[in-house]
Amino acid sequence: MHTRKRRRLGAKIAVFTGLCLGAAFAGLPVLWMLSTSFKANGEVFQVPPRLVTENFSLEAYRSILGDPDKLRFFVNSYVVALSVTALTLFVAILAAYGFSRYEFPLKRSVNAVIISVQAVPPITLVIPYFGLVVALGLYNTYPGLILTHIVFTLPYAIIMMTAYFNTLPKELDESVKVDGASSWTALWRVLVPISVPGMIAVGVYTFMISWNEYLFALTLTRTDNMRTVPIGIQLLMGQHSYEWNQMMAMSILGSIPVLVLFLLFQRRFIGGLTSGAVKA
Amino acid sequence: MKLANLNPTAAPPDTKVASQTPAAAGSGKLRFFARGLVPYAYLSPTVILISVLMIVPIAMVVSYSFKDNVIVEENPVLVGLANYTKVLTDPDFLVALKNTFVFITVSTVAHLVLGLTFALMLNTSLLGGVTKAVFRIIYILPWLFTVAVIAVIWRLLLDPSGVVNYLLTTVGRMQQGVDWLSDPGTALWALTFVNIWAGFPFFMISILAGLQGISSDLYEAASVDGAGAVRQFLNVTIPQLRPVLVSMAVLDLIWTSQQFALIWMTTGGGPLNATEMLSTYTYKQAFSSYEFATASASAVIVLLLSLVLAFFYVRLQKER
Repeated sequence: MHTRKRRRLGAKIAVFTGLCLGAAFAGLPVLWMLSTSFKANGEVFQVPPRLVTENFSLEAYRSILGDPDKLRFFVNSYVVALSVTALTLFVAILAAYGFSRYEFPLKRSVNAVIISVQAVPPITLVIPYFGLVVALGLYNTYPGLILTHIVFTLPYAIIMMTAYFNTLPKELDESVKVDGASSWTALWRVLVPISVPGMIAVGVYTFMISWNEYLFALTLTRTDNMRTVPIGIQLLMGQHSYEWNQMMAMSILGSIPVLVLFLLFQRRFIGGLTSGAVKA
Repeated sequence: MKLANLNPTAAPPDTKVASQTPAAAGSGKLRFFARGLVPYAYLSPTVILISVLMIVPIAMVVSYSFKDNVIVEENPVLVGLANYTKVLTDPDFLVALKNTFVFITVSTVAHLVLGLTFALMLNTSLLGGVTKAVFRIIYILPWLFTVAVIAVIWRLLLDPSGVVNYLLTTVGRMQQGVDWLSDPGTALWALTFVNIWAGFPFFMISILAGLQGISSDLYEAASVDGAGAVRQFLNVTIPQLRPVLVSMAVLDLIWTSQQFALIWMTTGGGPLNATEMLSTYTYKQAFSSYEFATASASAVIVLLLSLVLAFFYVRLQKER
């Protein structure tokens, strides 16, 4: 009995040590970014390195937030990501309703196309997109970015939303339809209001994809006033002689929306995301 | 993420939708003519978007790849397979192919090992729920940052006078700092390491969900048969997780082969072409050299490679 207890304690210590090592691997780089954002640029590479600087300063944040050109990156990212999220949700809800509640001859083929679309590499699409977007006069505009982002958010959104609708009993919308309402009313009055948890998972995921997108934002915009946050961070790298503290401050400010969304909806989001990969 | 990052992501197969076919088919047939068009109406926005933004562009890039001087000139001429021969005999392309292979296989194996290890530790019954929840959030952190941020963090850490070099020289493993991302001998490995850091959390989350789905009856039965922790792991955990592990691995190969932003923002494919990948090669052909026709041929090759991997993924899903 005694040795057993001791063995359990030994295992406990081993697992805890392992977890701490892993946490250092995962977390220290992030901590270092945070710490650097509070330093003066001259102190970034001081020897020996210090995690907490003597001259704690918010100067880097002030210079980002006080610069209208840099704030513009954030405005652009919000406009694009929020529009992509709203549009994706709307289109995905319609498609998911069709998939979940109807049988029709082309169902399997359309579904197969939606699934396989996810394997298409962005780098393959960027060349024709460049041609298309220029031809349509959408080069260096919000609609150009929004439309191209949707291609990558829509398939998974439809798959997640269909899975969510499938968990809701068909009797719900049938009962409304018996009273003479159309399927459109049944969808928006009955299904959508009780699907909010599923919509949140899809919405958070969509927002993250669009907020983080880099390749299309790089190739389909040209002027600084149309650039999004990821490109803004890169521009900061080239601009002056490396302002590391500002780059880190901008990185943190640029990560806040995703971090907040994730922390708020952690459970729901992970549940929605892994149900696809695991139960499939 | 990108999600990566760009995360065209986990595809639950059509089984979910198909499984409900038999029940609905009987009554559906009768009503079909009356409301046969309704489902198509609901799907029309999706079908239009996917046609315009996916099928048309793919057709365009395929047709570009058989022509010369596309996009930059008004009337490109057909050149047959010339662009493909040009790309496939370009030493830079072959280097990119080799680098991509190393990058994606090493990343995927490391993601599997790290993801499984961390998931097993987080799934332990030895520690309390709150402790595990805190660790879980720390472990997910790398996944929550966009690729641009990850690139900036690691350029800072791996700088010649950065903190990684400081630690390595102080501990005495090295005489002087290494410029990890600019030295042709280390750049590919440094880049792969960064990608491993950025990508393991998604594996971990999925494997953790898989672990929690394994019935405890199986472990009890095994321990009744006298199996120790190692035997239980090999005979219960691994076989039960196998479907998750295999499909995650194939998905990861697809995503990692499509990685562009991380490479572009850390090394840009350099130094020389030490970290040139299929994605950066294609991008440079198009947007640095304005050789859109060769770039298209290369882009079609990348597409075919992705489709081969995706085909395996779908086959795996069907088997289950």
